[in-house]
Amino acid sequence: MALNRRDFLKVAAAAGAAGAVDTASALQREPKTLPPNAVGMLYDATQCIGCKACVAACKEANHMPPEHDADKSELMWDVPLDLSGKTLNIIKVYQDGNVAQKDREINGYSFVKRHCLHCVDPSCVSACPVSAMTKDPKTGIVEHHKDRCIGCRYCVYACPFAVPKFEYDGPFGQIQKCQFCAHLQAKGQLPACCDVCPTGASLFGLVEDLKKEAQIRLAKKPGESHRFARGKLGGNRPVQEGTIANYQKHLYGEKELGGTQILYLSAVPFEKIGLPTNVPEYGYPAITEGIQHTLYKGMLPPLALLAGLVYLVHRTAGKPDESEETPRKTKAKKEKS
Amino acid sequence: MSAHEPLGGRILTKPFLAFSALAAIALVILLARFVFGLGAVTHINDGYPWGIWIVIDVMIGTAFGCAGYAIALLVYVLNRGEYHPLVRPAMMAGLFGYTLAGAAVIVDLGRYWQVYTLLLPWYAQFNSVMLEVAWCVMAYIVVLAIEFSPAFLERFGLTDARQKLSKVLFIFIAVGILLPTMHQSSLGTLLVVLGFQLSPLWQTQLLPVLFLVTALLMGFAIVPFEAILASRGFRRPIETRILGKVSGVTALLLAGYLVVRFADLIVRGQLGAAFAANLDAGMFWLENALFVLALVLLARPAYRTNPRMMFVAATVLLVAGSIYRINAYLIGYHPAGGGWNYFPSVTEILVTVGMFSIEILLYLLFVKQLPVLPRGERVTAVQ
Repeated sequence: MALNRRDFLKVAAAAGAAGAVDTASALQREPKTLPPNAVGMLYDATQCIGCKACVAACKEANHMPPEHDADKSELMWDVPLDLSGKTLNIIKVYQDGNVAQKDREINGYSFVKRHCLHCVDPSCVSACPVSAMTKDPKTGIVEHHKDRCIGCRYCVYACPFAVPKFEYDGPFGQIQKCQFCAHLQAKGQLPACCDVCPTGASLFGLVEDLKKEAQIRLAKKPGESHRFARGKLGGNRPVQEGTIANYQKHLYGEKELGGTQILYLSAVPFEKIGLPTNVPEYGYPAITEGIQHTLYKGMLPPLALLAGLVYLVHRTAGKPDESEETPRKTKAKKEKS
Repeated sequence: MSAHEPLGGRILTKPFLAFSALAAIALVILLARFVFGLGAVTHINDGYPWGIWIVIDVMIGTAFGCAGYAIALLVYVLNRGEYHPLVRPAMMAGLFGYTLAGAAVIVDLGRYWQVYTLLLPWYAQFNSVMLEVAWCVMAYIVVLAIEFSPAFLERFGLTDARQKLSKVLFIFIAVGILLPTMHQSSLGTLLVVLGFQLSPLWQTQLLPVLFLVTALLMGFAIVPFEAILASRGFRRPIETRILGKVSGVTALLLAGYLVVRFADLIVRGQLGAAFAANLDAGMFWLENALFVLALVLLARPAYRTNPRMMFVAATVLLVAGSIYRINAYLIGYHPAGGGWNYFPSVTEILVTVGMFSIEILLYLLFVKQLPVLPRGERVTAVQ
């Protein structure tokens, strides 16, 4: 016999150990790259005035219902507290001390706009079993397809930015998230939030162009004047004259978790406005898929394991009438009574 | 001639009726879930999208269901035929554990009516750990049913079919060892993508290894747990000698597990997180103290002839493995954005209780009606 049981088990154990060691040394797959024509947004928190026009425009463009506070005392107003099954875009505020000055960490405040960041290597797309989350190969927009979603909510669990939300309140709920108004973009329009933003805090454009614009702002000194584009970078709307704020010298989303197509500039530290900063420069799917692809390389390792198992089980229980019933050794080792 | 026999006896006993009542309560709550939605009966939310229906019913339920996997590995791969009397009850535990976990997934799915898309190749997303788990678990439920079917065929005198099945059963046994190896490890891999959202006490690239080994440990623990309960409940002799040897195997595996668990923390430089003053650290020590206690109990040769101590050891190990899963999926998970809390609602808990009650009901029904438990006189009686 070419391979006996003992040898097989030894080989299997060695392979297992080797796999374990490999795994420990981070076997990642190649990072994903930004599609060449990826569209995105530069959100400059220092330009945001907290008017929430974008929140209202988002609701209208995506036919989302208003949210009311628990006691429903103010039915006139849409008062979402966070992203939810009813709210795809929200303006939040960071406040500290006496909240005296905008864009200051101590005794100051800052607005922040939260919605899907359209990751370059999205966890939700990697997690979804039925391709209900997809990333457009041209625009890079991460879209959701409710017609095939099974509602397992693994995307909700996996997203590092807490973006996808599920509607728990009815029998036929669905996943809700910002899809960058792909339906409007298809008609040549801007995403509703960028379109309505009066100051250009939410600025639409090609991701590569937006990165350059961000670097220009970061290179300038605080107080210097700058012509802030509105709507679409390179569009024909009148620009807004303004001054450069005391930025954190970092463009959030350029590298974080493999990069995002929504980019952030802020004067207060990014972790204060709810963006995770203690994160690697690759997306987590690079690790998960690395582990999976190593263990299941073309399904060959499982098939090899199966072949070995079939062989071993056949030797033990292969004879008709003995399988399941009485493996060989049982007869030899008669029980004592 | 089968080595197993139905116990016979009355079906509608008091315990049976009590568990039926619990199962009925769960079914009523599930009716409300389907009419009013998940939010009406559970406390799951956008921070904690997976509650105990997933973490207990599926993650822990299938680990309990690994009895069939663990014993098959012992009997057919390591060729320890002496453990053979344990195969059929173990397969049955597996069949129930997995089938009910499958049912739990369906009721937890937000869009269950589209669950068929899991089987459509053009929607399959092969990078998804979830897809692999789903396919493996579905296939394994079928394989378990086939592996257990000799009990039915014998009961209803279908000798011909029984013999035909015997000729090919080895293939199903082999597949039945491969599939849990794949998906039980993947239940750990599922968490890797959470990244920083999972405490470093649990987040590691060894998650697949740790989940696989703890599933095996729990599978081994279920065997004495079930056998000793059955012997007490039905006043049968106990297979003490065999169960003692299972405990020995379990102890070895458990020792290996603890070495890997702590070596991993040390290599990653995260052992310090275990000494923080927070819930994570407390639960980490509870989890591992129970694993160590189980090891101490299992490792003492004197306890391996003592059914009571074997039962205690098995119970401690099952609790330890369960807490490991609860820790990794709920306690150690800190949703991005923060500000979320989760504690299961009463109705949510009652459904989980009902699921396990159904498992017990099926067990009582099957062992009385089908040749599942080993024939009494053939095994060593305790005395």
